[in-house]
Amino acid sequence: MKPRTLASAIAAAALVAQPMLAQSATISDGVVKLGVLTDMSGTYSDLAGPGAVEATRMAIEDFIANEKPDFKIEMVSADHQNKADISANKAREWIDTQKVDAIVDLVTTSTALAVMKVANEKNRISLVTGAGSTPITNEQCNDTTVHWAYDTYSLPVGTAKAVVQQGGKSWYFITADYAFGHSLEKNTADVVKKSGGKVLGSVRHPFPGSDFSSFLLSAQASGAQVIGLANAGNDTINSIKQAREFGITPKQSLAGLLMFISDVHSLGLDATAGMYLTTGFYWDHNDETRAWSKRYFDKMKRMPTMVQAADYSTVYHYLKAVKSAGTDEAKAVMAKMRETPVNDFFAKNGQVRADGRMVHDMYLAQVKKPSESKYPWDYYHIRQVIPGAEAFIPPAESTCPLMKK
Amino acid sequence: MKGKNIGWIVLLVLGLVAPFLVYPVLVMKILCFSLFACAFNLLLGYTGLLSFGHAAFLGWAGYTCGYAMKELGLSPELGLLAGTAAAAALGFVFGSLAIRRSGIYFAMVTLALAQLMYFLALQFPFTGGEDGLQGVPRGHLFGLVDLSQTMKMYYFVLAVFLGGFWVIDRAIHSPFGQVLKAIRENEPRAISLGYDVDRYKLLAFVLSAALSGLAGATKTLVFQLASLTDVHWHMSGEIVLMTLLGGMGTVFGPIVGATVVVGLQNYGAELGQWVSVLTGVIFVICVLAFRRGIVGELAALIKRSGIRM
Amino acid sequence: MDIFGIPIQALMGQLLIGLINGSFYAILSLGLAIIFGLLNIINFSHGALYMMGAFVAWIGLTYLGINYWVALVAVPVVVGIFGMIIERTMLKHLYRLDHLYGLLLTFGLALIIEGLFRYRFGISGESYPVPELLSGGFNLGFMFLPKYRAWVIAVSLVVCFGSWYIIERTKLGSYLRAGTENPQLLQAFGINVPLMITLTYGFGVALAAFAGVLAAPVFQVNPVMGSNLIIVVFAVVVIGGMGSIMGSIVTGLGLGLIEGLTRVFYPEASAVVIFVIMGIVLLMRPAGLFGRER
Repeated sequence: MKPRTLASAIAAAALVAQPMLAQSATISDGVVKLGVLTDMSGTYSDLAGPGAVEATRMAIEDFIANEKPDFKIEMVSADHQNKADISANKAREWIDTQKVDAIVDLVTTSTALAVMKVANEKNRISLVTGAGSTPITNEQCNDTTVHWAYDTYSLPVGTAKAVVQQGGKSWYFITADYAFGHSLEKNTADVVKKSGGKVLGSVRHPFPGSDFSSFLLSAQASGAQVIGLANAGNDTINSIKQAREFGITPKQSLAGLLMFISDVHSLGLDATAGMYLTTGFYWDHNDETRAWSKRYFDKMKRMPTMVQAADYSTVYHYLKAVKSAGTDEAKAVMAKMRETPVNDFFAKNGQVRADGRMVHDMYLAQVKKPSESKYPWDYYHIRQVIPGAEAFIPPAESTCPLMKK
Repeated sequence: MKGKNIGWIVLLVLGLVAPFLVYPVLVMKILCFSLFACAFNLLLGYTGLLSFGHAAFLGWAGYTCGYAMKELGLSPELGLLAGTAAAAALGFVFGSLAIRRSGIYFAMVTLALAQLMYFLALQFPFTGGEDGLQGVPRGHLFGLVDLSQTMKMYYFVLAVFLGGFWVIDRAIHSPFGQVLKAIRENEPRAISLGYDVDRYKLLAFVLSAALSGLAGATKTLVFQLASLTDVHWHMSGEIVLMTLLGGMGTVFGPIVGATVVVGLQNYGAELGQWVSVLTGVIFVICVLAFRRGIVGELAALIKRSGIRM
Repeated sequence: MDIFGIPIQALMGQLLIGLINGSFYAILSLGLAIIFGLLNIINFSHGALYMMGAFVAWIGLTYLGINYWVALVAVPVVVGIFGMIIERTMLKHLYRLDHLYGLLLTFGLALIIEGLFRYRFGISGESYPVPELLSGGFNLGFMFLPKYRAWVIAVSLVVCFGSWYIIERTKLGSYLRAGTENPQLLQAFGINVPLMITLTYGFGVALAAFAGVLAAPVFQVNPVMGSNLIIVVFAVVVIGGMGSIMGSIVTGLGLGLIEGLTRVFYPEASAVVIFVIMGIVLLMRPAGLFGRER
């Protein structure tokens, strides 16, 4: 509890009302503070969670060691439990009372959308890595948000196209009943139809779910060749497990529309072998990724997912932008982030667009068979590199007002 | 009588001073929940009816107000009115159905109806489902005062709270309130005295629902978000806790209860799940030993010590 | 063959899954009904105790190597004893008070138990393997029924009807029923009524824990599995009639079937259909379908 004088309360109110007052030439409060808001203990905690916090910490430490900035950098973190109201309130409180300048991770679309709005109103930056729905850079875009790792448009461009080409022409979706699931289902359905396939139907399951038997049964009844799992994290894991239990699998194949290496690790290779998935990052892709991932592994004892790698990449890029802009004022930093290409282990020639989308190459991977895996976490064949321009929504089709220039 | 006046004065002073000591948004949250708890107490503490579905009023008033402000562009005082009216209407429907039963069955009917409202909140597109109704503007009060400034919003919320609390206070101390207490103490006798007990219960229910709605609509304006958390049955459970902890059947009890619980959730946030455990422990201790709640026990203590109030 | 445009295969499959869910509802509501019928306590901690059963089984397997079959017997006993301790130390003080307090106390207990487990295990859940003997399944033509789920249905029916038989048809059961009607008279006959009450609560809790062990391989073992289920189970008990043993069993199974049916036609409503029915029943037949007005 900090004593607040009447003066500082009025000043805070004034600052909220006129964001461009004073502060633009210096670092506000003398410190650049990042807030990692993620799911620490629930459905998505393995793919983001404590790993996201660690990745952010690594980025800050590396930045201080490499760039020797003249400002202090601090970090706080919290568990948003995948709830929009908790996220919005936490973000608001962090910005109002803890001098947080940028909020990181935001896995689960509903939390990202809520925080983006609060942050934008108060002129702070949202570095979104965990959430995936396209509205983040389309209908709900704003000028203080970047969307780093992946989105629901890019995932089916890899996975769905490959599966249809392999012969999986008829699809049925099992969808998590919230914005992310709907978005993923729609984007995938579009790609399936464009590639010459058919969508036979879909069913929505409550988020988070636990028993998918009735939904799997609906999928089975449809007779579709491919069951598209428009969900993530534990929901995907349980859907796959239960599909095996009910004998659905060898006959019909499953497409994990959003899968992370943490899921594959949890399920094991015999449950997932042969599945296609699209990812923005694979730890074993090249020497650079291997080097970074090993450092991450030493701390977390697990290989990083694309979200955790993205957290590092976006935070580092943000800090570089702060240094070159000479301030942590949001609009100035955003401008620098857009000007500078992203070149690190995560992306080569990545570009932050006007809508906040960080465009970079995505990879179509296929899970190895147990016999093909030579060492721990050796899970993927990288089948294809999907260039950034193809992977993300073309500017002409974007519904973000910031893209109409 | 004097005790009550002291209570009001303390409330006013705290209300004016608090935002300078504590994060104003937190104080606003406490005020909203205090109003909700007081409204709930009207039904539980004074009429003796336990409703397990009050979250429906809090949440749906929030959605209505949010929709009115965001999509219809109404000004905040009209938004609050819309929310309160929606809650009152909902309260009328719930009450009419639930009052036919008593005791645990009454509670179960309210729970069933609240679950129905939760389902509707999940399904209707305008509520935004899991995302919630986001980006609710705070608007300009009466077209003049810009509520997006924290301190202005605070005084508005304080005014709303004091207004709602005054209504409850008046209701409790009116002849209407006396009949409610009579119903709580001995319903058959109240009936034999010629009171149309069902009508009184319904009126109490609607009043309780309306003011809960006012709290919910105000909360939506403070946080600019209406979400499923507000219609979930956990919220209904929490309000019972706040009322019990503060003191059922006391005027100021629910305010104390709300402050303690919200404060606990806020400052205990680092403790994560321990907040749940602590909340449960408090619940258990209250039920076993402090059934009169904080204010109730305090009042009993003062009475016993002979201090004239 | 189609019924209302839905192929009969799909219908049968969903009904079967509904029956599986219904089995859980039946065991859990049976425990609740026993506790309410005989003790007049509305046991809001029932869901948390069910979750405890699943977790104790998981802990037993992971750290002590206790297998599923031993757990099926041992876990209900362990959790049942825990329940009896709660009854002796806390619940017995509330019998003379309004229903409300028992409800609130057990609600508080649920918060404590769930909070502790959530703290220790997070919400993402642990997986519990299906026992070897019960893996694989039967190909029924319209669907593939995992052996384990068939086992769930079978064992639930046995336990439910077994309990019903004990309570309604044996001497022990008659003592229990007499104890609710007139405890003083029963005590005068030399029956230790308080002990009987404690054991009854323990039995109700043991049933919840048993359901938890059964559930472990089916649902994910996670700290919120109980709170998701508890209000549905309450609805079942209220519909069946709050003190009626047969009522809760039949209603539990029946509502599972109805839920399954709803999933075929209007899946999103499957979560709420039980509450709609509860509302209707309460307004038309307040004592429940099988209950007696108290």
